[in-house]
Amino acid sequence: MKIKVLLFGIVTDLIGENEIVIYLPPNSTVENLRLSLALEYAKLENIHEFAVAVNEEYAENNRVLKATDVVAIIPPVSGG
Amino acid sequence: MWWLLFLLLAAVNFIKFCIVENTSIVLTSEKLVIQDCFNFVQDASCGGISIFVGTVRNLTKGKTVTLLDFSSYEPMAVKEMQKIANAALQKYPIKKIAIHHAIGSLKIGDIPVIIAVSSAHRKAAFEACEYAINTLKETVPIWKKEYFKDGEVWVNAHP
Repeated sequence: MKIKVLLFGIVTDLIGENEIVIYLPPNSTVENLRLSLALEYAKLENIHEFAVAVNEEYAENNRVLKATDVVAIIPPVSGG
Repeated sequence: MWWLLFLLLAAVNFIKFCIVENTSIVLTSEKLVIQDCFNFVQDASCGGISIFVGTVRNLTKGKTVTLLDFSSYEPMAVKEMQKIANAALQKYPIKKIAIHHAIGSLKIGDIPVIIAVSSAHRKAAFEACEYAINTLKETVPIWKKEYFKDGEVWVNAHP
């Protein structure tokens, strides 16, 4: 399935895009998405960690993804 | 049994109404106004208002900051700010809470964030205010890029 992934903060600079598309097998989890991202975008190693949001909520690694989900990479936040 | 459902719906709507009535969440590219936050939380039942105002500092680790740029994942940021306000209302005996955050370019001395809390007695307002700013800094998807004379840095992005 095709998953649209929104990028923010330092990740937009590292990858050079505001959003990317990742292809995953059906029933893939957030953990699977992280592995695919690490393989395709080695530059993500430049940040020590990031969270993943699904449909505008923080998601755990075992969350199963659907093709219709809006996924976002959330690098360490620095508001306030 | 229909009346039970009716009662439940009424209760849920009442709770929603109370939350909307007592929280003000703003994420904007306009200049933040302290008076707006004060006016929102001001209430006859309250003996005090605690206001935290974040301001842009001119130095980071000894380097001179020229400009700050705040960006956000807007719909999620608003949701997370609302969650903080709701949690503060549940955790502390406070009356109202306003959480306003600016995005875009800010200069030294500008205001990126204001949190205002009103309560009958001051302790709850102080505590809820600190809880809200601490949690905002941990959970709300807003990112700050600092510009120096010789470069730029995404804050918190590196170990």
